[in-house]
Amino acid sequence: MLEYIKIFYVILKRDLTLIFREKTDLINSLVFFIIIILLFPLTFGLKSEILNTIISGIFWISALLATCLSLEAVFRSDFEDGSIEQLALSRYPLILLVSAKILAHWITFGIPIIITSLVLGIFLSLSSKIMMALFITLILGTPILSLLGSVMAVLTIGLRGGMLLSVLILPLSMPILIFSTIAIQNAASGQSIIAETYFLAGILILAITLAPIATASALRIRLS
Amino acid sequence: MKYSTTNVIHHGSKNMSLNNFLSMGGYAVYVWSAYSISFIVLFLNIIIAIRNEHKTLNEIKERLQNNKK
Amino acid sequence: MYKWIHQFGSPKYFYDISFPLSKWAAIICAICFISGLYGGLVLAPADYQQGDSFRIIYLHVPSAWMSLFVYLIMAFSGAVSLIWRIKITDIIARASAPIGASFTFIALVTGAIWGKPMWGTYWVWDARLTSELILLFLYLGYIALQSAFDDKRIAARAGAILALIGVVNIPIIHYSVEWWSTLHQGPTISKFDKPSIHLTMLIPLLLMVVAFKTFYITTLLIRARSEILDYECNSSWVKKYVIK
Repeated sequence: MLEYIKIFYVILKRDLTLIFREKTDLINSLVFFIIIILLFPLTFGLKSEILNTIISGIFWISALLATCLSLEAVFRSDFEDGSIEQLALSRYPLILLVSAKILAHWITFGIPIIITSLVLGIFLSLSSKIMMALFITLILGTPILSLLGSVMAVLTIGLRGGMLLSVLILPLSMPILIFSTIAIQNAASGQSIIAETYFLAGILILAITLAPIATASALRIRLS
Repeated sequence: MKYSTTNVIHHGSKNMSLNNFLSMGGYAVYVWSAYSISFIVLFLNIIIAIRNEHKTLNEIKERLQNNKK
Repeated sequence: MYKWIHQFGSPKYFYDISFPLSKWAAIICAICFISGLYGGLVLAPADYQQGDSFRIIYLHVPSAWMSLFVYLIMAFSGAVSLIWRIKITDIIARASAPIGASFTFIALVTGAIWGKPMWGTYWVWDARLTSELILLFLYLGYIALQSAFDDKRIAARAGAILALIGVVNIPIIHYSVEWWSTLHQGPTISKFDKPSIHLTMLIPLLLMVVAFKTFYITTLLIRARSEILDYECNSSWVKKYVIK
């Protein structure tokens, strides 16, 4: 048991170091996120009515698109240089190792998105209720995106047609998007968001249990 | 679907005339566009499947004949 | 019994019996389509509230049911393929996908067209319609994933994982009208209750359901045949068969 925790930590540290060494992916994804969000007030004007109605969705759509961008980075370089095969051949369960990689992805891409959206929220003078709902939905939803996305990323590494990853992720993340935006809209009008929070939490638990298994099997399929 | 109360006594169709059939009680546009789109899609499915079968057979036949040469 | 199931695993056996099977399925399909359409379009009385526009149900409901049914078959074949690595299940899953996508498309389009006279709008973002749309994207994503691989066997197994992840959408579609208050009407036909629909309207509906099922089986078998030929193109039975 102890050595499982140790190996988890080792892989986590390895992936974090690798991503932070090559900061380009990180910065690209964040800048992309910020730019998409800023495009909306730019187009519609900062205080317009339209902006107020769609503000709940903007942050989530941008988070979704930015995550799509960043997901390829998780497994691609390892796949190309063969270290994934070494991981698959090791005597440690692949599910454990894959979970460490997914966690590394969330820490390096999900958490910055959460922080950035809170900053941007202040920038766009969102009310504190909206910011709270945004924070809760993002902190529950971005791990789900990382988990779900890593399955799709493994299924599509190295295939021709770069958009395939996004095409596969977006339909499956629609429920998350829908519930998050409903939560933010409810918060904006002062209602309770506990139902949507429970739903997102439920999906998160489901994803944490199932996604590593799916990613590990997908990895074995791709390596065969 | 409500239990159609007006038709408990009638034994069959009020739709006996060709005119009624074609105009579908005024809803012709909706009913016939739905039916035609669906049938086109179903038809295409069958046609493409059969064409694929012929294409695969011909491809294999050609490959075998090329190998023989 | 195991021997009978085991025989299905052999591509050649499947290929041979697919001919009589597809022929019979096609005949039943034609009979059911013609009788179902006649019963639905001509014999069934016009609805009390909706007039003749309700006749779209004879396409909408069977295609919607089939869109779910085919996806379940795809996911189930995928699971069997992942566990037992049987070629025929790969083929069935791969061949079913375009047919299922067509059914989903028909369900969405006929539903939208029916919605206009019935609800006044072509589309509404309620739970059932949105999840059925997601189902269409799942099918299209599955087909895109399959065509992105060169090796069909790896493609099939990757697709199996995708199909199994998406299977969570099926109960959402089915129970969405019970879980959420939605514009789409609730279930009218359940297995154990007396249906709340008039018999002259029900029978053509059931006939159309059988028609769609047999349509699926026929098209599936035709597609499966080409896939089998493709998979097995280097084996001796195919070579002998093609030369004939």
